[in-house]
Amino acid sequence: MSVTTVERASADEPPETEPSYLTAENTISSWLLTRDHKRIALLFFASITFFFFVGGMAATLMRLNLATPEGLLQPSVYNRMFTMHGIIMVWFFLIPSIPTTFGNFFIPLMIGARDLAFPRVNLGSWYVFNLSGLVVLYSLVMGGADTGWTFYTPLSTSFANGYVFAAAMAVFINGFSSIMTSLNFVVTIHRLRAPGMTWMRLPLFVWGIYSVSVVMLTATPVLTMDTFLLAVERFVGTGLFDPAHGGDVLLWQHMFWFYSHPAVYIMILPAMGVISEIIPCYARRPIFGYAGMVIALMAIAILSFFVWAHHMFVAGISIYSAVFFSLMTFFVAVPSAIKVFNWTVSLHKGSISFDAPMLYALGFVLLFTVGGVTGLMLATLPVDVDVHGTYFVIAHFHYIMVGATVSAYFAALHYWWPKITGRYYPEGWARFSAILTYVGFNFTFFPQFILGYLGMARRSYTYPADWQSWNLLSSAGASILAVAYALPLLYLGWSLIWGRKAGPNPWRATGLEWAIASPPPEHNFERTPTVTLEPYSYDPEHGSFVTQEGRSHAR
Amino acid sequence: MYRWIPFWPDTAAVNAIAVNNIYIAELALSSLITLTVAFMLLTFSIRYRRGSTASRANLVQKTWHFEVGWTTATLGLFLILFVYGASMYIWLYNPPPADEEIYVVGKRWMWKAEHPGGQREIDALHVPIDKTIRLVLASEDVIHSFFVPAFRIKHDVVPGALETIWFKANKTGTFRLACTQFCGLQHATMAGEVVVMSGPDYARWLGDQGVRESFAEQGSELFRAHGCSGCHSENSTVHAPLLDGVYGTFVHMQDGSVRFADEAYLRDCIVNPRSFTVAGYPPVMPDYAGQLGEDELLKVIAYIKSIGSKRETGR
Ligand code: HEC
Ligand SMILES: [Cu+2]
Ligand SMILES: [Cu+2]
Repeated sequence: MSVTTVERASADEPPETEPSYLTAENTISSWLLTRDHKRIALLFFASITFFFFVGGMAATLMRLNLATPEGLLQPSVYNRMFTMHGIIMVWFFLIPSIPTTFGNFFIPLMIGARDLAFPRVNLGSWYVFNLSGLVVLYSLVMGGADTGWTFYTPLSTSFANGYVFAAAMAVFINGFSSIMTSLNFVVTIHRLRAPGMTWMRLPLFVWGIYSVSVVMLTATPVLTMDTFLLAVERFVGTGLFDPAHGGDVLLWQHMFWFYSHPAVYIMILPAMGVISEIIPCYARRPIFGYAGMVIALMAIAILSFFVWAHHMFVAGISIYSAVFFSLMTFFVAVPSAIKVFNWTVSLHKGSISFDAPMLYALGFVLLFTVGGVTGLMLATLPVDVDVHGTYFVIAHFHYIMVGATVSAYFAALHYWWPKITGRYYPEGWARFSAILTYVGFNFTFFPQFILGYLGMARRSYTYPADWQSWNLLSSAGASILAVAYALPLLYLGWSLIWGRKAGPNPWRATGLEWAIASPPPEHNFERTPTVTLEPYSYDPEHGSFVTQEGRSHAR
Repeated sequence: MYRWIPFWPDTAAVNAIAVNNIYIAELALSSLITLTVAFMLLTFSIRYRRGSTASRANLVQKTWHFEVGWTTATLGLFLILFVYGASMYIWLYNPPPADEEIYVVGKRWMWKAEHPGGQREIDALHVPIDKTIRLVLASEDVIHSFFVPAFRIKHDVVPGALETIWFKANKTGTFRLACTQFCGLQHATMAGEVVVMSGPDYARWLGDQGVRESFAEQGSELFRAHGCSGCHSENSTVHAPLLDGVYGTFVHMQDGSVRFADEAYLRDCIVNPRSFTVAGYPPVMPDYAGQLGEDELLKVIAYIKSIGSKRETGR
């Protein structure tokens, strides 16, 4: 299959005035059966946007409930809401978010390829994803699972009475979609780079997707086995996780976190890639320490496999393994610190403008820093013993996964919007929602650090009355955040019809994706581009830049 | 404690003071790092905004000196935090000799505490001040997590295992006790209170509970009722080890391995005897899994711990 694709990439040049990928064909089946990576990216975009709002609805209900200690929801409903919020946000939004949409759309464009290596697998991945989505919706509509997204045994195997089996199966099926997509990226990045696009000339977004694909490809099969064993145990009682039958309840946690810790990095690595594209473009200068950034990405990808037991410091693992995993967790923080430092220095002597993508990106750096330093606190064993299982942890990972990743997602959405649709987004509105996101986010999640240290347990539908002020503040912040996340849907939708038309390179950026028309023609490149330069050849002193193909543009 | 806007939890145990200190140190460091990043972002953003006249000559794209220096500094700092934390963790999770041992059983959705004197309480735990209290934690169903924020201690309570944790309260008062591992419907209300009392008050409280039998005595009765004494006694016809003083020793196994006889080991002997055999004995010990409830097991274990202490180690 790969052979035919490679051939197609080099042979039969498309005609000069090829229609854009959006208008090339207009039937429904031309969308549902498309093998064009750009259209598949949009299909994924539709699916995950849907799930983002489903997961968001669950979060809204949770924050509504927590506004008062008495609450609104039945305890059983609340328990199902946070479980489904976690499952949907992790597997149906965050993990696929950037790779399946912007990765799908831009990896081929950025490396100068006609498509991904396996276009049919790519389409298949979307169908598998939707199948798993149907299963998770089934679980939700029937009443939801009530175990938390972590499915801890023996609660999930012998006690919970919600739709745990369906939820676990949804995760099981979802894994195949992850594997199909990541395999496709790895092969594509290895095999289909345009002449001259050496590894050290790859844009950092491509490196981000590459590193995440390697992690997905190696970690996901463990989750697949794990959820399978869980389902079997729940159905026939194999006893693998049941101490009464000689099983071990902690075995589940080890297997689960062996996947799910790397999964945290699956959610953040592509975001790091996005930010590394945007900061140089709006600061008009090369990224600081390109090689360091690449090394950091790959170091995170590898080290992320050796930290899983930091989720189990209070679970009864041996003291010595706890010490080892704490040390590894500090190690994995080093490359993350390097990245923050390099992004910051990448502003030095720049010529910075503050368009919406840049505002989102700057917000990302700050929120990621807060998430990172609190991660260090959690890596410190006695502090983790104290705050494990409290709102401190909730706040910490939302800073990383929502504050950072979702901001990067919106940054990418705005940055590449003109390329994807051929239209500008309305700048004023976009800046407004970028700032609103930042404000709403901090109001929502900062109080949760305080609540956590006070001792408020996560996954609680109620809490002692004297903690209400912080909870109320958090709920109020969440309502701001909800507006900030819903706004882009409106004005981006508006811009599809009334937005100003954008040229091929509206941001004067250097990547190959900007060398072709907006929206891109169906077969991407008229002729395969030749790359002569590393990315980000911006010159802030003269306001000029040179594209990766070596074409220089004056001010 | 019940202020309108609480910022900081009580600090009411020696463990809590240590953890609190490291938390404050890290909080200060974290704020410093975050503020530095924020400050740099802000100054660069202002100084190098588009259209400003600041010079952009001699742009630095990379400097290995700087990057290696920065990386080493970060690594060094992290290693200090690691060592600080790890040594404290070892201290926190290695119970020192206890003045008093209390058994706690987590059950959906309540905490049951059993004092050595046989006093029982539910969703409450009365302890004396300035004494090292060791808790033995057991679960009857799913994983729970025993958490007292004011003491900064927490440990999961895992079915099929016995975990231990300790604290030494240094303030009298009433403090929250919570479960931090989601355990089903009423997880949020699986809470209680820890009451720290002065020595005399505590003694009075113990006396007021009106119990006749100590925890170990109750275990001794179970030991007879379930036939353990038929094998594990001087005049038994079965070749079974005497249990006097086995607690706290190293036991040699048939397969050559050595196990330390703590509570978790004793529990294993009773509910999981098929999985190992003590060296020199026939594997005839019956499996009691399912016959003894979690708190009965704790009673039997307390009894075994209470008998004899003069036994040569490493038999
Ligand atoms: C049929 C006789 C028999 C009965 C009844 C019995 N045991 Fe045992 N037990 C043995 C034998 C034999 C061993 C040593 C071999 C082994 O480890 O299986 C043993 C080992 C043990 C050990 C480990 C001793 C060591 O030196 O490390 C403990 C503890 C124990 N039994 C407790 C109990 C308790 C508590 C009961 C009652 C609930 C009980 N046993 C009932 C025969 C018995
Ligand atoms: Cu982790
Ligand atoms: Cu609980």
